[in-house]
Amino acid sequence: MIISIVSGKGGTGKTTVAVNLALSLKNIQILDCDVEEPNAHLFLKPRIKEEVKASIPVPEVDEAKCNYCGKCREVCAYHAIAVLSGNNGKKGSVLIFPHLCHGCGACSLLCHEGAIKEVNKEIGVVEIGEKDHLQFVDGRLNVGEAMSPPLIRQVKRYINPTRTVIIDAPPGTSCPVITAVKGSDFCVLVTEPTPFGLNDLILAVEVLRKLKIPFGVIINRCDIGDGKVESYCKQEDIPILMKIPFSREIAVSYSEGVPIVKKDGSYQDKFINLYLNICGIKNEADSSY
Amino acid sequence: MRVKITATVAVVIKEEGISMKICITSEDKTLDSKVDPRFGRCQNFIFFDTDTGKFEAQENTNAQFQGGAGIQSGQLVVSKGVKAVLTGNVGPNAHQVLSAAGVSVFTGVSGTVKEAIDGYKKGQYKAADTPTVGSKFGMPGK
Repeated sequence: MIISIVSGKGGTGKTTVAVNLALSLKNIQILDCDVEEPNAHLFLKPRIKEEVKASIPVPEVDEAKCNYCGKCREVCAYHAIAVLSGNNGKKGSVLIFPHLCHGCGACSLLCHEGAIKEVNKEIGVVEIGEKDHLQFVDGRLNVGEAMSPPLIRQVKRYINPTRTVIIDAPPGTSCPVITAVKGSDFCVLVTEPTPFGLNDLILAVEVLRKLKIPFGVIINRCDIGDGKVESYCKQEDIPILMKIPFSREIAVSYSEGVPIVKKDGSYQDKFINLYLNICGIKNEADSSY
Repeated sequence: MRVKITATVAVVIKEEGISMKICITSEDKTLDSKVDPRFGRCQNFIFFDTDTGKFEAQENTNAQFQGGAGIQSGQLVVSKGVKAVLTGNVGPNAHQVLSAAGVSVFTGVSGTVKEAIDGYKKGQYKAADTPTVGSKFGMPGK
């Protein structure tokens, strides 16, 4: 089973949930797919055994073969190419903006002149490691690189189907999140009981409904803010899987880089309960089809 | 002597006049519209022929792009054969396309399109050698 930990709003506690859930269970693989700022390693301190460079194919134009027909520009879904045809004896030119390129390959495939070849552009690294019996993979996007989905896909290639997989997803509701959660069996939405938390929770719920992935909500820092997240969940028939209190103990342990289950054993039971809760809802969702 | 010089000037103007088309980024489609301060994500382009005084307005469909709006707006303007662009600001990608095609970009332009054209004719604006804003400047909400 693949469980993704998601949130619309950032900073609600995705990594806290992902790491503590991973440490409370057996036969787990954790994937940190928040490749723009991976932080699960800070709490797990895994031994990295392997680093694999991640790259995407970007076009390179052989201007000797190019007739400036503009086909590549036309087919580029990411608007990353400009073709200047040149006139009055001025030579044409093709401008490629690699930071906008998703590496889909359409330009080179559809170039009639065979003038485009693909060259690899490094965008980051995938790190594979372990901590005791826990398997660990994360991606680290190079600073200044804008395109995280290709790296997230490369992290997900290491998914171990013989294990329960926990994916720590990036925040938000755009392409990186979709890429991270695609193929998940269940999503845990971590939110907080504030207007911001609720606003972004609603957006994330819309995304997951579209993706048809069953999900439930964790309310973190549940004793601050207001009751609007809870009444929204009730109204939308969304299960609340767990509530985590706004506790100094958790904050201190977080700032020391120590997962709370390592400090306070009672939390392990809570996270095991969370997992059982997920399994129950997942089974129900499966049998309703 | 004086006559000769005048004749030379006249010839030069005429030669330039053949294709002296400029582009102004505009909020609407008339010469009384306000100049749109964004290049890549402006609402409309107005293509103005300084020789004949005729113009053509075109909606900028690139404005909706998530990425690459500046690049494709640059491409569009270049394909229209303009020599100069009058706008508020230009981002790095659009600037690269326009400068590669030899199109001058005059930034810091405001007021109505008509005022911008007059200002350009009087040489009031300075061509931007570098982008004046960063990427995504013209995105909604920024």
